[in-house]
Amino acid sequence: MEPKRAETTPPENSEKPIDIALATARGVPLEVLNREIGVEQPPSPFLSPVRLFLNSRGDAALTDRVFAGLMLLAALSIFAIVIFILKELIGSSQLSLHAFGWHFFFRSAWDPVSGDFGALPFIYGTVVSSLLALIIAVPLAVGTAVFITEMCPRILRQPLSFLTELLAAIPSVVYGLWAIFVLLPLLRDHINPFLIKTLGWTGLFSGYNLGNGMLAAGVILAIMILPLISSITREVMTAVPSNQREAALALGATRWEMIRVAVLRNARIGIVGGVILGLGRALGETMAVAMVIGNTPHISKSLLDAGYSMAAVIANEFAEASDDMYRSALIEIGLALFIVTILVNALARMLVWAVTRGAPARAH
Amino acid sequence: MASIAQRPYEYEDRRRSLRILQSHFVTGLAVIATLLVVAPLVAIFAYLLFKGASSLNWAFFTQIPKPVGEVGGGMGNAILGSGIILAIGSVLGVPVGIAAGIYLAEFGRGGRLANAVRFTADVLNGVPSIVVGMSVYALIVMRQKHFSAWSGGIALGIMMIPTITRTTEEMLLLVPHPIREAALGLGLPNWRSVLSITLPTASAGIITGCMLAFARVAGETAPLIFTAFGNAFWSHRLDQPIAALPLQIYIYAISPYDDWHRLAWAGALVLIVLIVVSVALVRYAAGRAVLKGAT
Repeated sequence: MEPKRAETTPPENSEKPIDIALATARGVPLEVLNREIGVEQPPSPFLSPVRLFLNSRGDAALTDRVFAGLMLLAALSIFAIVIFILKELIGSSQLSLHAFGWHFFFRSAWDPVSGDFGALPFIYGTVVSSLLALIIAVPLAVGTAVFITEMCPRILRQPLSFLTELLAAIPSVVYGLWAIFVLLPLLRDHINPFLIKTLGWTGLFSGYNLGNGMLAAGVILAIMILPLISSITREVMTAVPSNQREAALALGATRWEMIRVAVLRNARIGIVGGVILGLGRALGETMAVAMVIGNTPHISKSLLDAGYSMAAVIANEFAEASDDMYRSALIEIGLALFIVTILVNALARMLVWAVTRGAPARAH
Repeated sequence: MASIAQRPYEYEDRRRSLRILQSHFVTGLAVIATLLVVAPLVAIFAYLLFKGASSLNWAFFTQIPKPVGEVGGGMGNAILGSGIILAIGSVLGVPVGIAAGIYLAEFGRGGRLANAVRFTADVLNGVPSIVVGMSVYALIVMRQKHFSAWSGGIALGIMMIPTITRTTEEMLLLVPHPIREAALGLGLPNWRSVLSITLPTASAGIITGCMLAFARVAGETAPLIFTAFGNAFWSHRLDQPIAALPLQIYIYAISPYDDWHRLAWAGALVLIVLIVVSVALVRYAAGRAVLKGAT
């Protein structure tokens, strides 16, 4: 076979355009051919374009490892941020931590002039205004979520959820502005007199009616955390398998009974998670609260009285805090706020995850 | 007796109609709740349009705030300042956030580390913005001894990272596996497959996520109070205090002057319009680009 072919072969040097296919068939070694045609000659049938491209890229394993490392670094930066915040806050609040110790959180003195500080009025204001916000927002948010996911006509579903999401897009300072010029007059002239007349005997609604104060802060916070609670509630409610609903309806349940037994019962842990998430948002909300709560560090039973919150005192006084002790006391309040919101959010996330983990919503 | 014989299910009937009534009652409550939720939204937008539009004029965009007592003036410097701070924040936050999202979706999927990162990102999302501002103050402003545009941008960038990370991850998880397998099957190295196959496929969602993070920090006031601080004059220097729109709105809103209140409403309207328009524009552009790439 070999000699016969060799006869028909033209001398390799004589014909310039080498018949490569023929040469391969004859078993000319690859290195020889490559030398003949020149490695840089573009369309080489011996190395597919993909292979050539890949070879020109060098060792993929190394770049892969570098790339994965960079991505990992970015992911780790999220831990770094938390650690950095903690470190900076602890580092800069040393003065106050040493001076007051744990008593800082149980004293109601706030006297920048003599350097005597305690955080109790701010903690009280934050807790009361946030709880008030939850009391107002939770029934409304759950009601809205139930309406949107279970009751409303399909055409209305998208626009309504879009509208509630839009509430979340309004900046805090705009809420504050609106609260100062619309909500406060409304409370002062219409709602507060009514509350004083009907519920004044409880002592919760008494004192000067200026409009601003704990109640105003609670109302504006409620409006602000509504979309968050509502969207999480909707998320966990859609995660409830629809055969649960069908089973309840098949047993003859009315729509409300179906919602109660099949949907709300199954989603309750997630809803609680959403509520706690809303609480976390309310605890840390700053600008709107600072604009309506009255900014007076004292503790009063009446919801109409002015109060102060942890975030608001930082916003109002930190930029002007001139001496070290004052600044360090404010940073300690910030540290407490940070730790509390971290814990509250962690708890809420775990509850929401417990419900939505098995949901098919974001699977492939 | 006869009536019972004729209508043996009378008791059941009455109970059923009661149950149906109850169901309708709850439906009514849910409708009322929804209306109560939508009402403040409508009220806020109505007031913004009504009060803001009437005080908007050309000077608002071109002039700096006038001293107390002089009528007029604008927030031109605050709009510029907000743009600068947001640009710094985006340059810092977007790449890190997307990279962390890529790690969660492509490399650490299901792993313990990825779960921890995801959880931390969610928790970090709920940290009050004022605390972030405070720690940036302690890190940068306290050491440099002066407020600066840099520190404001860094604070906003930190706040963008967790949101972008989580949306990027969720969008990447939506990309079907066969696409990745096809890329790897053609011999692409993994990094190349992620950057030029998976990421562009999910780009519309990722860009939307970035815009949501952007919109969220664009209205932030609290972290800027003691980082960017505000400035009554034109300033574009990054190492100097700089004005920002939300800050200016806050200062004007709590002031006792009617003229400043008008400007605050106008500023709030401009802020919301800027946020909505930028989000809508980018989403529109991203949607078109992706469609073009697909055909």
